[in-house]
This record gives sequence, structure tokens and C-alpha cells, in this order.
Amino acid sequence: MSAAGLRLEQVSIVLDERVLIPPLTEQIAPGAVVTLMGPSGSGKSTLLSFLGGTLTGPFRAAGRIWVGAREVTPLAAERRRIGTLFQDDLLFPHLTVGENLAFGLARTVRGRSARGARIAAVLAQAGLEGFAPRDPGTLSGGQRARVALLRLLLAEPQVLLLDEPFNRLDADLRAEFRQFVFSHAAAAALPVLLVTHDVADAEAAGGTVLALRTDASGATVIDRVRGAQGPCVRPAPQAGPMTEGGCR
Amino acid sequence: MTNGEALAAQLPPAPDRRRSHGWLRYAPWATVALFLVPIGAGVLGTALPAFGWLPGLQRRHWTLAPWRALWAQPGIGTAIGLTLTSGLSATILAVALVFGCCAHLAQRPPGRMVRGLMGPILAAPHAAMAIGVAFLLAPSGWIVRLLSPWLTGWHQPPDIATVQDPYGIALTVGLVVKEIPYLLLMSLSALGQVPVQRQLQAAAALGYGRTNAWLKLVLPQIYAQLRLPIYAVLAYALSVVDMALILGPGNPPTLSVLALRWFSSPHVRLYFPAAAAALLQLGIVVASIAVWRAGEVLIGRLARRWIARGARHSVLGALAALARGLVGGLTLLGAASLLALAVWSVAAGWRFPDLLPQRCSAAVWRQQAGTLLWPLSTTLLVAAAASAVALLLVLACLEQEQRSGIQVRSRALWLLYVPLLVPQIAFLFGTQVLFTLLRLDGTLLAVIWSHLLFVLPYVFLSLADPWRALDPRYARTALALGASPGRVFLRIKLPLLLRPVLVAAAIGVAVSVDQYLPTIFAGAGRVVTLTTEAVTLASGGDRRVTGVFAVVQSVLPLAGYGLAVLVPRFTRGTWPARSGS
Repeated sequence: MSAAGLRLEQVSIVLDERVLIPPLTEQIAPGAVVTLMGPSGSGKSTLLSFLGGTLTGPFRAAGRIWVGAREVTPLAAERRRIGTLFQDDLLFPHLTVGENLAFGLARTVRGRSARGARIAAVLAQAGLEGFAPRDPGTLSGGQRARVALLRLLLAEPQVLLLDEPFNRLDADLRAEFRQFVFSHAAAAALPVLLVTHDVADAEAAGGTVLALRTDASGATVIDRVRGAQGPCVRPAPQAGPMTEGGCR
Repeated sequence: MTNGEALAAQLPPAPDRRRSHGWLRYAPWATVALFLVPIGAGVLGTALPAFGWLPGLQRRHWTLAPWRALWAQPGIGTAIGLTLTSGLSATILAVALVFGCCAHLAQRPPGRMVRGLMGPILAAPHAAMAIGVAFLLAPSGWIVRLLSPWLTGWHQPPDIATVQDPYGIALTVGLVVKEIPYLLLMSLSALGQVPVQRQLQAAAALGYGRTNAWLKLVLPQIYAQLRLPIYAVLAYALSVVDMALILGPGNPPTLSVLALRWFSSPHVRLYFPAAAAALLQLGIVVASIAVWRAGEVLIGRLARRWIARGARHSVLGALAALARGLVGGLTLLGAASLLALAVWSVAAGWRFPDLLPQRCSAAVWRQQAGTLLWPLSTTLLVAAAASAVALLLVLACLEQEQRSGIQVRSRALWLLYVPLLVPQIAFLFGTQVLFTLLRLDGTLLAVIWSHLLFVLPYVFLSLADPWRALDPRYARTALALGASPGRVFLRIKLPLLLRPVLVAAAIGVAVSVDQYLPTIFAGAGRVVTLTTEAVTLASGGDRRVTGVFAVVQSVLPLAGYGLAVLVPRFTRGTWPARSGS
């Protein structure tokens, strides 16, 4: 996997006359994590849809998206090499675990045996040895989540978008899966954009934290709560309980 | 201008809305053209001869002579009256019984037997059902046999017209039996989108009985979704031909049958009053729908007052129980009609008033095997082709809708209902003229195309909801994994939605097998299907032979549904992958 950064240049999204995402410029270096926090319905996932190339419906969006030196804004979703991990694992239920992984596995791995060996190897590394023929429905929540990430990584994305992927898991599994995701992303040197409303996710992610909030005039603004650029500010209450320990 | 408005003015729409998708872009237009052009041309081609204009027969002057000829026909008033009474009463009865039944079902779910019987009745072609009802209601039918001689004292079939009666009662009964399962299915589907139990619990806390609460709270929420299906039933009941040929009176018949007789006449001069009758039929349907709509508004206003009065106790509970009982009874009647077809097909001697044949034999089946083969293969070929084309078009439209992100507005649904709302007799003659101009008249292609007009709306209505309900993030995930939209369609969406796709195809086959008038007109008498044969045989042929044809005709749709249920069991694509799951 190549080490390319993600750059957002004046990315903004509007629904009717309501600004969901005000013009946002941000650079995420390879291996770095930026967390965007905000309340439900604030447009965090919509931003990820725009970055992933799957934004449809009544939204109006603008801005430019760069992956390394390549501008991906005009590209179709499948050509951007931007992977998204959703809150639900979204394993394809009609395919086995192995087939799910094979669906994701990049075409660069050729030959049936080579592909099978690669899948078996990543399953083994993830503690899921022998799971290839299993039906996704027979897996636990944590196992399904891990398979979803493995499938995504096998596609060799250059950017990882995390759409609150830890929410559905219970507390123990959540911590374990966070570790699993961030360690794999770091190993692959992927720039990661995490959206969440859980302060613990942001804590675990480290790196820059941005917070979406509505200011006194009713306008949507993005605060840099923690990060290399700009001052550390305390987020508004809508951004969640980050004030308790996010600003260090 | 606020900041938001200023920003919105500068921003383009979401990029996917602007993306082109190759030939898929043209799918909705091709679909609309394929099924609306023949109907539009058909209505025009039927309307012009009603005013004396039919260039193919060298008639190029405007005249009201066809209308004068129509009004001069003996019994035309009775024919119009019959059309209105049978069509309206069948629709009102079916709607009232279904609503009463649903209100009562809110207390207790439908029995397994009733649910099991609904499927075959829904799947059975109208003509087969009419033949079965005729076998049941006839003076020598099962109902009279059941009561004779111990109650009636009859040892011979009575000399009374219980089928093809002058008042159209048998036709009305047949229509009610056939339309109840359809309306019930539509109602149950609409009810699935309303939190019925929670609302009934809330109403119960306010002192309302469940039937009362259902009618006041639930029905107003689901009626909008049932409006078009009800109009389709109304239009069908007012203009039905095959059931009216079998169950309706012969002299005078209903208006659409009268028009068909003249259209089928070797005397071409009769085409003109036939066209006038067909146009009048269209007018009757349009006026009836308008009256029904006015009735909806009126009843809606009265219902608001009724709701505002806050009455807690009424006889509605008893009426709903009665409606449920009647629906159960009519469902049994429908099932018994289908059973009667099967019994007659193997009856070897069946004296009145015996309840069952003396002997059973497969002799008639063996005798008819050769005769069956040709119409059976034609029926299968036409049904398979029409359903396959409809499925391809519908899948292309739905895929284009998802890829472009442009949601079809509910008003566009009216387009789909056009073939179901416009009486067949009002446009099929004109469509035949169009096919003649295209040199397709009397060919299989013309029959397939004319069946497509009716198959396509049902396939779309059946498939659209499950297709749209599939969690869009599956496709997004697959795209993010680098799969092309085509691969996502073939590897993810189609397998996940295999069951609804196959059910839609089975519905397409059932609708195609059901078609009588389109086959008669587009086939120009040269294309023979099981339905055209069964209707012909029903008008006086051997009951056993008629039974054989009607049984095969009924089994085909059931076989289609059976395959649609069974095939996914042997694959992995049966997951209920719905949004938010």
C-alpha cells in the first residue's frame, strides 16, 4: 500500500439552505488520524459519503479531494481507493467469509491459490483461522467487525474513512476493535478520517480532533479541539462531552 | 441572503447526480416508450373510428354515425346498466369486505388456512377462476349438489339461470372472489408501514375498541397507498371481458363484451359502433373513478366529523367480524372453484346430485395432451419473453434510479397504472392497428409486446420496494472495495435480491398467462394460448376438457411462484438485507 495523504480543499456540503459542512481544508498525513466529532444528523457521515464518492440525493457539495498527488474529486467511487468502514459491518450475507474477503482482495493478487492463501493468511493474523468457509451470520459481532476491516484492507485503499464503526460493539469489544483498526491503519500508513460522537473513540484515535457545532448566530462551524494546527479550543456542548478530557 | 443560501447558490448538486451511466440513462425513457406509446396510439386508434375515421378501410370523413348505431342497438341501455352495477358493486363489496376484514384482523392475525388459500386464488388467472366459479354456481354445480336432494328436493338440476344470469350476480360474485385476495395483499403491505399495534394500544388507552380505532386511525393512513390499486380494481371490474364472457349474461352482455363481439365480427362496418362502445367504456371508467374520488372526499369529511365526535362504542366490531367471516367464506368459495376444475378434469361420469364423480380417470388428460401442447408452449413462450423483457427494463430503471440518485416521484406511479386503469377494450383495437402498420399484426412478437404492457407495471410494483429497501451501504462498501457498478449489480445486489427478483418474474408470468383480450387482438386470432382456449371451451364445450385447460392454466402461475420460492433455497441469496438492519 502506498503512503499517500488525504487532502480536503474547501470541502463544503449544503442541504437545502442549511450548511452541513462549512468550507473545510484539512490535510491528513499517511498514518495520521483526524477525528471529526459532532452530534447525530450534523452531516459527518454525509462528508464521508462525499469523500467516498457515493453522495447522492438532495445534497449540494463542493471542494476538491486529493489522495497524495492525485485529485479524486471527479472520479467514480470505485476508482478513488478510499475505503469506508461503517457502523454496521455490512458483510455480504450471501457470501461466505472467504468470499467476502475475496470480493475485496485487490486484483493484483492473481491465481486462485494465491488469493486463497492470502485470505487464509490475513484470517490467521486476525485470529480467525479456518473461518473462510463460515457464513457471516454465524460470527460474533467482534469477529464480523474484524472481517469487515480485513476485507477493506485487502482492497488496498489509500485512505481509510471510519463512520462510527465502534458504536455497535459492547465496551470490551470496542476497545479491542479500536486497537485492531488503528494498529492495522498505522501498519498500512493509511490516513484515517474518523467521524464519531463518542469521546472515547477520539481519545483512542489520538491526533487532530475537529468538532462540528452551531454558533450563536445559528451558523455551522468547525472547531479545532485538538491538533497540530491552530489553538486548542473547547468545543460547544453539541459536540459531546469532549470538554472533560479532550483538550489537553 | 443568509450564509447558507449564499453557499448553496455556489455549490453544484452532489456529483453522482450529474454522472452519466451509459445506456442505463435511456432505460426509463425506453421503458415508458415501450409501454405508453402503444397505449396512447391504441386509444387514438380506437377513438378515431368512433367518429368515422379509419383510413385502413377508406373511411376518412368525420361522422357521429357510429354513436347513432351504438345507441340504436337493442339492449344498449341494459348493457351499460349491467356494466355499471356489476363493476361498481363488485368493487364496493370487495373494498368494504377487505377493510372490514383488516379491521377485524387487527385483533387476531389471519388463520393459516385462509392465508394458504389466498395464494392460489391470487395466482389463478381470471378466466380459470371464472370457469371454476361457474362450475360451482351452475344449476348442476357443487353448491346445488351439496344441498340436494336433502334440502332442495331436486333430483334433476333446476331450470334457473344461476350463471350468466340477467342481473350479472354471478359475474359480481366471481369478481369479488378474485379481487379480494389482491386488495387484501395490498392492504397488508400498506399496513406493514404503519405502527398499527402501537397506535391501537394508544387508542385503547383512550377507550377505543380495536375495530373502531383501526377505522379511525389506521385506515386513513393506508388509504392513500391503496387508492391506485382500488382504482385498478374498479377499472378492471367495469371493463372485464373474459370473466364476463364466462359468468356474465349473454344477451345483452356487458358493454366491453358487446364491443368485442363487434370488433371480432367479419362485418367491418361493425368496427365503428364497436369503437364507439369502447370509447364509451373508457368514459364510464373515467367517470366512475371521478365519482369514486368524489366519494372519497365526501366520506373523508364525514369521517373527520365522526372521529371528532369521539364515539367509543359502535356496531363496527360486529360488522368487521361479519366482513371477516364473508372474506373467509368467499376465499373458501374461490378455493373450491379451483378444486372443482381439477375434479371435473378427472371426472368419468358424474350424475346429479352426486357430490363426487362415480369414477375418476385420466382419460381426458391423455386425450387432450396433444391438443394442450401447442397452446401450452405458446403460453410459456409468451409469458417467459414478456416477463424477461419486463424484468430487464425494471432492473435497468431501478439501477439507474440508484446510480443517479434521482428518486421517482409518486406521481410517476400513475404512469405505471395507466395500462391498469385504461380499459383494455378502449385501446387494444388501436394497438392492433399500430401493429398492423408495423407489420407485426398476428405475430408472437405483437402478443409478447401487448402482454408486456400489463406485465411491466406489476413487475415494477413488486420489485421496486425490495430493491429500494436494500441497504445502500452494501453497494457503497463494494464500490469502495474497487468493484465496478456493474460488478456490484451482478455480485451483490442481484444475489441479495434473488428472491424478490424471482417473485417479480413469477408475477410477470402469472399476469401474462392471465391475458385474454391482448392475445385476441394482437394475435389476430392466429396466436392461441391456454387462456384463449379455456375461454372458448367455457362457452359450451365439454366441462372435463374445459377443466383440463383451466387446471393447466391455473397451475402455471403457481409453478412460477413455487420456483421463485424454491430456487433461492438452493443458493445463498435469501438474506433479508433491509435498510438499517
